Amino acid sequence: MLHIFCPHCGEYREEEEFRCKGQAHIARPLDPEACSDEEWGHFMFFRQNTRGQHRELWVHSTGCRKHFNVIRNTVTYEIEKVYLVGTKPETEGAAS
Amino acid sequence: MEKYSALGLLKHSLSNHENWPRLWHNPTPKKKYDIIIVGGGGHGLATAYYLAKNHGITNVAVLEKGWLGGGNTARNTTIVRSNYLWDESARLYEHALKLWEGLSQDLNYNVMFSQRGVYHLCHTLQDIRDNERLVSANRLNGIDNEMIDAEQLQREIPLLDCSRNTRFPVLGASVQRRAGNARHDAVAWGYARAAAALGVDLIQQCEVVDMVIENGAITGVKTRQHGVIKADRVGCVAAGNSGVLAKMAGFELPVESHPLQALVSEPIKPVLDTVVMSNHVHGYMSQSDKGDLVIGAGIDSWVGYGQRGSYSIIEHTIQAIVEMFPAVSRVRMNRQWGGIVDTCPDACPIITATPVRNLFFNCGWGTGGFKATPGSGHVFAETLALGKAAPLAEPFSMFRFHSGALIDEHGAAAVAH
Repeated sequence: MLHIFCPHCGEYREEEEFRCKGQAHIARPLDPEACSDEEWGHFMFFRQNTRGQHRELWVHSTGCRKHFNVIRNTVTYEIEKVYLVGTKPETEGAAS
Repeated sequence: MEKYSALGLLKHSLSNHENWPRLWHNPTPKKKYDIIIVGGGGHGLATAYYLAKNHGITNVAVLEKGWLGGGNTARNTTIVRSNYLWDESARLYEHALKLWEGLSQDLNYNVMFSQRGVYHLCHTLQDIRDNERLVSANRLNGIDNEMIDAEQLQREIPLLDCSRNTRFPVLGASVQRRAGNARHDAVAWGYARAAAALGVDLIQQCEVVDMVIENGAITGVKTRQHGVIKADRVGCVAAGNSGVLAKMAGFELPVESHPLQALVSEPIKPVLDTVVMSNHVHGYMSQSDKGDLVIGAGIDSWVGYGQRGSYSIIEHTIQAIVEMFPAVSRVRMNRQWGGIVDTCPDACPIITATPVRNLFFNCGWGTGGFKATPGSGHVFAETLALGKAAPLAEPFSMFRFHSGALIDEHGAAAVAH
């Protein structure tokens, strides 16, 4: 069971209150009509699936219902950092 | 390889069963192979076996970073069935089921395949409609499947609560009677023994750390223990770690790895002679030959490689099981474990050529790879031998996520697919 700090509520809550929304920082193509099938398919379906430090988007779905980002180790499940959407702190080793 | 038979059993009983030969040897890897298979689970070993048996290619190595059949092959809930909705997947899983039916004889190894039937419960009108559609689609594809009502279901499975007193009353079920389960370890060991007997090198404790790629084509793999091993073609069958291998080769896959958990109870007397699964309350259960109840859970929604998941998932699963089988509510759980499953956005596998020439991937089986083991190995062997997708594998290319030709088995394929 993950113990997650919600930066909006300012406290640690249990995992069941949250939903993981997958890899963070996936930018929707600015002009979807101009995308090739390959570019659009890549945006829709292909993921880094990182083994190690992984940046992902979470939502406090049964709490404040706000989104935020997490850097979590996908092997040890340790949460290294929680940060607000719109920011992107540098960390050693984290992809993207 | 010594052929197993009743006579052999009798012969070895005279020497107190102390002289049975080893099932396979641990060879030192050669410098070069025709084909290298990365991953020594059920699918990888089956691939090696069918390469040798059907295509006469025996200069093959299986590289396994741990021990044979030690990953998801050893961690699944052993359910085998082929009642998939869409034509492409129905053909693939039915191909596997047909191979299952003759597998023990083919391998001369008892995989304990038991066609005890698999029930999909319907709790709502929509469930009934979905399952009637599934039954019809299966029958059009020549796959057995039938609908039964709650009364007949109660007669066939006395342990199941089919009364109206539950929160989600059972209205009926679809049942595939040719489906069932098998002994998971025996499948890996049987394939390994048969492949080794045909000349395949099974290299355990050999971890691939990099791919050797020249001019857009793969020429070998770099291993931690044995340096570079060359090969004309490489097939990766690494389940949860497929994404890691793809990254070595310089591309991404449309798969994400999630922990999937299962659990078994203490052994009890025989109470359930079949497999029951429910999409609606989300759980499934069978009873092993030892007597323990084998229970499946859902995946954790986040990416994880740690072979363990969250307790909330187990709790949710147990709630579903007690909803279906209130009589087992006080049975104690013995063990619980997790495996890493590589899930695809459309819940169908990937058997594919890749952007790197001569490199092939067989992955994305998600939560239901065990049932496909013989079929997966069979079509992947054909793919590796031909150097292009086998006819059954063609719809399962990774490039379907560019073209949009997805095979959407989500929901259609039930809980434990």
